[in-house]
Amino acid sequence: MYVAVKGGEAAIRNAHRLLADRRRGDRSVPALRLDQIVEQLGLGVDRVMSEGALYDRELAALAIVQARGDLIEAIFLVRAYRTTLPRFGYTRPVDTAAMLAERRVSATYKDLPGGQMLGPTFDYTHRLLDPELAEGSEVPEPELRDEAVEAMPRVSDILGGEGLIEPDGAMPAGHVTGDITREPTEFPMERDTRLQALSRGDEGFLLALAYSTQRGYARSHPFVGEIRIGEVELELEVPELDFPVTLGRIRVTECQMVNQFHGSAKVPQEFTRGYGLVFGQSERKAMAMSLCDRALRARELGEDITAAAQDEEFVISHSDNVQATGFVEHLKLPHYVDFQAELDLVRRMRAEHEAAHGGGERKEAAE
Amino acid sequence: MERRSERSDNMARKTAMAAFAMASAEDLRILGKEAGLVLDAKSLRGPETGLVTVRGRIGGGGAPFNTGEATVTRATVQLASGEVGHAYALGRDKEKVRLAAILDAIWCSPSGREVVDQRIVAPLMRIQAERDSRRHAEAAATKVDFFTMVRGED
Amino acid sequence: MLSEQIIGGFSSPVFDAQSTFRALMDAFARPGSIHAIKAGTQPPPSLSAGAAAVALTLCDNDTPLWLDAALQGAVVSGWLGFHSGAAVAATPADAHFALVADTANLIALDNFAQGTQEYPDRSTTLVLQVASLTSGEPLVLEGPGTNGMASLAPTPLPRHFIEQWKQNNARFPRGVDLVLVAPEGVACLPRTTRIGIVRA
Repeated sequence: MYVAVKGGEAAIRNAHRLLADRRRGDRSVPALRLDQIVEQLGLGVDRVMSEGALYDRELAALAIVQARGDLIEAIFLVRAYRTTLPRFGYTRPVDTAAMLAERRVSATYKDLPGGQMLGPTFDYTHRLLDPELAEGSEVPEPELRDEAVEAMPRVSDILGGEGLIEPDGAMPAGHVTGDITREPTEFPMERDTRLQALSRGDEGFLLALAYSTQRGYARSHPFVGEIRIGEVELELEVPELDFPVTLGRIRVTECQMVNQFHGSAKVPQEFTRGYGLVFGQSERKAMAMSLCDRALRARELGEDITAAAQDEEFVISHSDNVQATGFVEHLKLPHYVDFQAELDLVRRMRAEHEAAHGGGERKEAAE
Repeated sequence: MERRSERSDNMARKTAMAAFAMASAEDLRILGKEAGLVLDAKSLRGPETGLVTVRGRIGGGGAPFNTGEATVTRATVQLASGEVGHAYALGRDKEKVRLAAILDAIWCSPSGREVVDQRIVAPLMRIQAERDSRRHAEAAATKVDFFTMVRGED
Repeated sequence: MLSEQIIGGFSSPVFDAQSTFRALMDAFARPGSIHAIKAGTQPPPSLSAGAAAVALTLCDNDTPLWLDAALQGAVVSGWLGFHSGAAVAATPADAHFALVADTANLIALDNFAQGTQEYPDRSTTLVLQVASLTSGEPLVLEGPGTNGMASLAPTPLPRHFIEQWKQNNARFPRGVDLVLVAPEGVACLPRTTRIGIVRA
């Protein structure tokens, strides 16, 4: 028999009201404005855009406020919002070589065209808490250096000239670009589809997997060929115009990881690569993504699959934090009927057990 | 010859539309007003907000893959004189995109192109170029100059 | 792009699409019943206003569209592309929807996507323009939603339609679904509907 249970309506309503109150906090403290979050918590906004897989700074900021700063909850809100919008099409692929870069570093070449540009980085800071920030002191304007804009070819193109590094990843002719938002997930998965999943994957999960490859679980001897952060232009082909229309610019982070490779049955000795591209300024995520991309190419490169980071089904199926949080967190919702059934089952099995063993334990205890 | 001029027309229109897409609604309204333009037209589609799927390339230059989505707003309008204008821009600012579509329609009218190019597109591009060059100068100041050690030896 | 490809879409996209969707849903739920399409459109010649409303309601950027010979050409595909975002499918087997103006000369139904056993929904939905839903040879409809029996008298119909429809039924759960659009409204023949004996 199934008995539907009603109730809790008032409790839920009041819980939401309490949530709204706690979200606002002490009313004597000024309420946060979205532009404050966009401007001053920019990397949190970037993370929500990257894992929410939706580029819109104000929406990400709104999601962060609504989620009280719980970024996975904010990512969930952004994902839910995007399902309400129609899709106009696919942009032309962004050209990261033409990026208006704000940061560009290479760990493999000291002198390279376009130079090493540190940009707004935490690197080389002392990681000492700064009490002046707490006081809200004045911040000086950045230093300027007048110089002509220099072309910044990708490091992979420089190495590529010698033939020592594999070319950019190609897909077979006639391949239709995979899209995890349109097609059900199927394994084995093509590299393009995997990259889409990794790009929205949970930063913490990908970081841990990337770290595991460095600790020896699918070691790949990585070097950062290049990281660049900056703005790229988006263009869209539309039926009503004879030219691709410019939509504006978005900020992205790109990582080219270069990996030593001893060759295999399928591929001669050369450097191989892992690739990372994510929305916003998210260097750690782009690096982790490129390490995971490389590890997941084990099958393609004829390597033995020995570690979690190389297991496509394991990595891709568990990288999405909205899916993960949904399934883990649903356990707290009422399972009264399920549990009742389990309870009955355990009682019955115990009764059978006792009947079969004739209350042997008690007898033992009596002896 | 005709094809070439059509191509250069397309390039000029693309440049103008790009300038509108990167401007703010306020910039478009103010510049349009200063140029003495009537920013009014019939809506044929939108303004409406939707998504585009942003594509990158594997390794930077290889096969395309889908990176994520971005909000985009678009509009199509028609002037009383019949010209149709389109606009697309990242984000959700419907008023900005409506103004951009009207400016595009005016750009397409025989008498409108010059005034839109000179009074709106040119200043917008100047503002954008200044912003870009400042950004570049800020980033360039963080360039590592490995040769500074040998400076000042005299 | 020509202005005739740009004018004539839904005047109120949300409400027009909702009311047309409601008509289609009811027509699919009760095969044989005829539902008026209230949303107005002014499509290019050869595409009927009713079929255009159905296309704008169902199609978007993710639904490749096949056009029959009578509709092929830049004007109709441009109009549909502008108002719905749908691109033209390379082959009928790639099409999510097919728009047909010359129903009497339609290619065989088995040219279109039939879906798979795992995903029977991945089949083509055909939108056929017909002159009338009531003045043709009456068809007796049986199956889910007909309350035992219903009837419909569309004209014209594709060649050997009764035989083709039997084959379509035999492919179940695969198979195509039909939307018939006439000036008086829309009626649907889902793949679950069987066409019984034709009355004398």
